[in-house]
Amino acid sequence: MINIELLLALIAVGYVFGTLVALLQVYGGKVLGTLARIYEWIFRSIPALVLLFLFYYGPPRFGLDISGFVAAMFALGFRSSAYQSQIFRGAIQSIPSGQMMAARSMGMSRVRAIFTIILPQAFRLSIPGWTNEFSSVIKDTTLAYAVGFNEVLRAARIVYDTHYDLAMTVLISVALIFMVLTLLGNAGMGLVERKFRIPGLQVPGYEKVRQMALGSSGRGRGWR
Amino acid sequence: MLLRVEDIHKQYGKDRVLCGVSFGMMKGETKVIIGPSGTGKSTLLRCINRLTPADQGRVWLEEEEITHTRTNINRIRAQIGFVFQSFNLFAHLTALGNVRIGPMKVKGLNKKDATALAMEELARVGLSDKANAYPAELSGGQQQRVSIARALAMLPKLILFDEPTSALDPELIGEVLEVMISLAKEGMTMLVVTHEMGFARAVADEIIFMENGVIVEQGAPKQMFTNAKHKRTGEFLNKISELYGETG
Repeated sequence: MINIELLLALIAVGYVFGTLVALLQVYGGKVLGTLARIYEWIFRSIPALVLLFLFYYGPPRFGLDISGFVAAMFALGFRSSAYQSQIFRGAIQSIPSGQMMAARSMGMSRVRAIFTIILPQAFRLSIPGWTNEFSSVIKDTTLAYAVGFNEVLRAARIVYDTHYDLAMTVLISVALIFMVLTLLGNAGMGLVERKFRIPGLQVPGYEKVRQMALGSSGRGRGWR
Repeated sequence: MLLRVEDIHKQYGKDRVLCGVSFGMMKGETKVIIGPSGTGKSTLLRCINRLTPADQGRVWLEEEEITHTRTNINRIRAQIGFVFQSFNLFAHLTALGNVRIGPMKVKGLNKKDATALAMEELARVGLSDKANAYPAELSGGQQQRVSIARALAMLPKLILFDEPTSALDPELIGEVLEVMISLAKEGMTMLVVTHEMGFARAVADEIIFMENGVIVEQGAPKQMFTNAKHKRTGEFLNKISELYGETG
């Protein structure tokens, strides 16, 4: 289904740029950090539909032909990257400073410490936030309808324009499709979360809640 | 001389933490730094490997000046182990992963050699059977022993210990001190900030007593315990011997 293609494309764009923006915000210093914050502010404040129109109708003015898919991929992808960057930034900043200090104390450069120590931990802490972002952007893909992209809602519209009596049936089908996709997506992310799970390395509070649920005292020092 | 510290000064805002500290260490020596909290002992350790830059003063590791701005500090730090009060084990790596990562990522050993070396160091701290455990699955004492193994795996010329047992439950202190004592006896050069007088008595070549950012007195443990020159030294030693007992 074409919405899934768009979803994957925009998530990928959002992931790459989101990670970059988060890194710049935390480690980029004054100039790059400020640029990253401006980027984040722009893409978080403009309504998705307005962004979509800007990306679709903007480039042709400069002689650049752009398809509905590409416009939607970048408009929604950049928008998602602004949100994803905050998920990732929060995760990076929740890692105790002792981790970086220990890495530096054994002779790792800052960049190496970020890539071998900080990011693998931040990645795991980000998974719940990403699950949420996933269920949010999957619904955004229907907005691509507005730029003439032949996604599922547009297809539905074509059907019920000619068979008005089928309108409710078709729309409910579309709703069901998204419900199922969200369910599958969450289940998939749950699998990823379990696959990469490491004892003691969860979103703060997770371990406590789990232990309370299990009624065990637990051991070792978890994250606070 | 292996380590030479000369006239180190460090100030945080108006707070003068270190006011001209100098001392030296020979290869194979163990020195213990004691003193009331807030005296700059931990800051001094951090100034040695530049985790905290000193405002003034110089430090040499053998012939190389650590404090020189053109010195590649990463190369120096790879030769100086650091053991933290709060362990700071990498939370996403197993005990083995923690010990192996330095040799692999800093020294460029391949995985097989690094694993062999790491297993050796884990055996040295008595934790071969915990190689695949994650930090959260280990007790505090075990975590600190892993962090000592992590320092050892870099084959350092010197290890700095920053209150290695202060965050531990009393019943876990012994196992860490045992490892440290055996290291000292094997000839590792160690600079240890601690309140454990039993450790100091057992293996320290010298005790350095600091207060208010300066070294008040330094000398062999025997002399410091029985015949301190300064009144404050004697008072302090009596007080912590009472508080911490003579364990270890």
